[in-house]
Amino acid sequence: MSTLATSIDKSNGSQSETTRPVQVLTVPQHVVEVVCDSGEGAQTAGQLFGTISAKTGNGVWTVEIIPAEIEPPVRSRSGASGNRIRIGSSEVTNMGDAADVVIAFNEQVLYSRIDVGALRPGTLVFLESKWGSDPQAAIREAYSEAKADFIDRGYVVHEVAMEDECLKVVADARRGKNMFALGLMCALYERDKEKVLAEVRAKFKKKGEKLQAANVALVEAGYAWTERHLDVRYRIPAREIQEELVVMNGNQAAALGVLAAGIELCSMYPITPATSVTHYLAAVMEHAGGFIHQAEDEIAAIGFALGASYAGKTAVTVTSGPGMALKTEFIGLAVMAELPLVIINVQRGGPSTGLPTRVEQGDLLSTLFAAPGDAPKIVMAPTSIAECFHFVVMARQLAETFRGPVIILTDANLATGQSPFPRPRVRSEWLAPPIDQSDWDSSVPAYAWDEQTGLSARPIPGQKGGEYVLTGLAHDERSKVAYESAINQRAMIRRSTKLAVLQKALKPPEVHGDPEGDLLVVGWGSTRGAIEEAVDRVRADGGKVSSLMLRFLSPLEPGLKEIFSRFKQVMTVEINYSDDPGAPYITEENRRYAQLAWYLRARTLVDIDCWSKVPGIPLPPGDIERVLRQRLASN
Amino acid sequence: MFGLKLDWVCDLPPQHFVLEDYEGGTPRWCPGCGDHAVLTAVQKLVRDEQLPPEKITCVSGIGCSSRFPHYMSTYGFHGLHGRALPVACGVRSRRPDLHVFVATGDGDCCAIGTAHWIHAIRYNMKMTVMMFDNNIYGLTKMQTSPTSKVGQTSNTHPGGAPLPPLNPLTVTLGITNASFVAQTVDWNPAHVLATLRKAYHHEGLSFVRILQRCPHYMDHLWDEVQADPNKILLLEHENGVTAEPSLKRLFPNHRVHDPADLESARNIAACDMPIPIGILYQNESAARYDKLCAVGLNQGVEERLAAVQREIDRFMV
Repeated sequence: MSTLATSIDKSNGSQSETTRPVQVLTVPQHVVEVVCDSGEGAQTAGQLFGTISAKTGNGVWTVEIIPAEIEPPVRSRSGASGNRIRIGSSEVTNMGDAADVVIAFNEQVLYSRIDVGALRPGTLVFLESKWGSDPQAAIREAYSEAKADFIDRGYVVHEVAMEDECLKVVADARRGKNMFALGLMCALYERDKEKVLAEVRAKFKKKGEKLQAANVALVEAGYAWTERHLDVRYRIPAREIQEELVVMNGNQAAALGVLAAGIELCSMYPITPATSVTHYLAAVMEHAGGFIHQAEDEIAAIGFALGASYAGKTAVTVTSGPGMALKTEFIGLAVMAELPLVIINVQRGGPSTGLPTRVEQGDLLSTLFAAPGDAPKIVMAPTSIAECFHFVVMARQLAETFRGPVIILTDANLATGQSPFPRPRVRSEWLAPPIDQSDWDSSVPAYAWDEQTGLSARPIPGQKGGEYVLTGLAHDERSKVAYESAINQRAMIRRSTKLAVLQKALKPPEVHGDPEGDLLVVGWGSTRGAIEEAVDRVRADGGKVSSLMLRFLSPLEPGLKEIFSRFKQVMTVEINYSDDPGAPYITEENRRYAQLAWYLRARTLVDIDCWSKVPGIPLPPGDIERVLRQRLASN
Repeated sequence: MFGLKLDWVCDLPPQHFVLEDYEGGTPRWCPGCGDHAVLTAVQKLVRDEQLPPEKITCVSGIGCSSRFPHYMSTYGFHGLHGRALPVACGVRSRRPDLHVFVATGDGDCCAIGTAHWIHAIRYNMKMTVMMFDNNIYGLTKMQTSPTSKVGQTSNTHPGGAPLPPLNPLTVTLGITNASFVAQTVDWNPAHVLATLRKAYHHEGLSFVRILQRCPHYMDHLWDEVQADPNKILLLEHENGVTAEPSLKRLFPNHRVHDPADLESARNIAACDMPIPIGILYQNESAARYDKLCAVGLNQGVEERLAAVQREIDRFMV
């Protein structure tokens, strides 16, 4: 939704002489961005503003703005670092469309946001003005040209002498501007100053009193500037919150899920954007009775985890696309030898090294099918940050029940986005170890496959009578190497049937919107918030569109064909590549579909279309909305 | 009463294990393959040590010698080519009660698994690693291995191996935190057993290279050495393999070598001929990663639950 002033009231603010009458605009939601050169701390400021907003009762979704390099050149159009914070008076599930307010520490980083369509005419821009009086003529010129350009583009530009304001309080402004910006944002959105300062004090408690005091002073300077210079404030009414909430990003949620799932070992190799899951675990896993192993490579990471799993310990490995590719052979072994393992793949852009810090859903098909031969496995995709937590807990249970690997596909959007959700209620049975050291009835083979379900219990080293040699070779019930045709066929049936058994236990997915209509949008993973918001906007204008999110991708949730049959058109919306049907050379015969569309077409024989792209950033709901309106109009 | 000491009674093993308790499937290695001798030595060792079969886990990669776990009636993990060591480390990480043996070959360890070899040596987790080295790929039918001598003809190098072989002993001795390196030859079962016994008791990762021939593709590999016992250098020391008089008679060329002496071990290892057998290096004070891995192992569910709740509370709005 674009910014709507739903009510205007004039008030005098406080009684102080220095304040001026201000206009308070009540709005249902706003998108705020704060961007700077790498190292100037806008990410910290943005995250704090998100946390403070969540604590005041707003719905929040934050998105990190990350340069690909650790130290990109300063004042560079490609080096912007920062945070987008979307706040609302109800739950916020995605990053939204163009920003309403942007604070930029120089004009070049603002251009990097303009380049990705993050601004619109009317966006309120707070621009650091020091560049206008820079000793270098080139910088002064660049600044004044940019300023004129911004005004031409229709932005409402406020120049702020951030550096000067900060220097009144601290000696090194480069290290303090972010807190000044935080003060400005908090004042603009009428955050209670004392609560904000308490939050800032808590945040910097460990950094020493001097730094803590400096940051508090900088935030106050931000408030003071706003009071002196701005006659507008935005009010986003707080939600009625009935339950306890937590606020975190998807990687933190997945890490807490690992702890809550009773997983004892996390074996990993560093890879962006998955590593922060393990950074957090490294700090806390020991307290929860677990250990985190940084292996020599991706292959060793999963091998180590599988060794621990074989020995009766619950294990997880966390990786991203290139790491998944390296782990493929071991994943096949886990399927063949029926070893439980939770694998979290925080997807990034591919192929190859691709877009390490960016958003893509490009690993669906490789996750489903990459392995020598047929390797049926469970694949799930959380659609929210809360689900990043709960799916890990579920994955551990499924891995043990169905005796094999369970892969969780998240992406950089969920991984780094922050949003509040109800505090999980952890149950002690989630933490129960699977290990059993009582004697094993030696007449029961290591793979006593149930004829109907393919399920079997497994002996664990230490269990007397259960001794067996796990092998990746074709094997019979006793894990004896077997090349006989009938045994191989039977074992393949048993491993495959387990997925069918799980599928029978799943419920058909819920349709968002009416159960029938002109168009059904199908998505998976992190796009849920944007898809559902787009659907709601079109429905508000009478469009007969609904959506459906898939959380289980292998096996697929039941009833899809029947649901699809109730809509005139079915299409997927995904963040991965598909050929544009109108492009040169592209025909109906050779067009490559988005990955879920490809898969669903094969599974349902329904003529499912797709709309997908690979911008490296989350899909704004406005883009999806436009596509839906076009589809409805073309029919 | 009856003069029995109570602690003796308590220590009585519930069962006395015999060799048959460790024998798995009938080995399908070629007749004359050295793997048979190593298998027998390991079975004798664990019998002598009276290790419960269910407490033993044999981990291997892929190759002829990696069939090893199938012929033990213990737990076993016959995994992927080159990847025995990460799996073995994972097994060991949270199960200090298990006795871990690793069977790997010259291709498995020194080619496809090289990264894991180097890092497993550095992790130094307690396990016995047997590297069966016959200088050739047998299972895939005679390809050059990293330890093949220059000029060795094979299906991949019909004109002869072009490069000097990698020396697994000098490589291992060059890795930081290496704590046990030994070499033995499959044609002397007594020395194999004595070496493996030292390796098993080592507090850390023991790396034992076992020289062997492949009767099918490398039948004459060690003919020269077997014909002339002077081409073997028997290392002896009170802290190494203590050489029986019969062994000393068999190998007249012996030398006292203190396994604590790394410098000397490296010099001995670097020498192609004579071939050293015995313990080259041992250091039981090297850092052990498995001790770190076992952190929090005995925490109960309630304690862990409390820790999880505390962590979640830190994110409360």
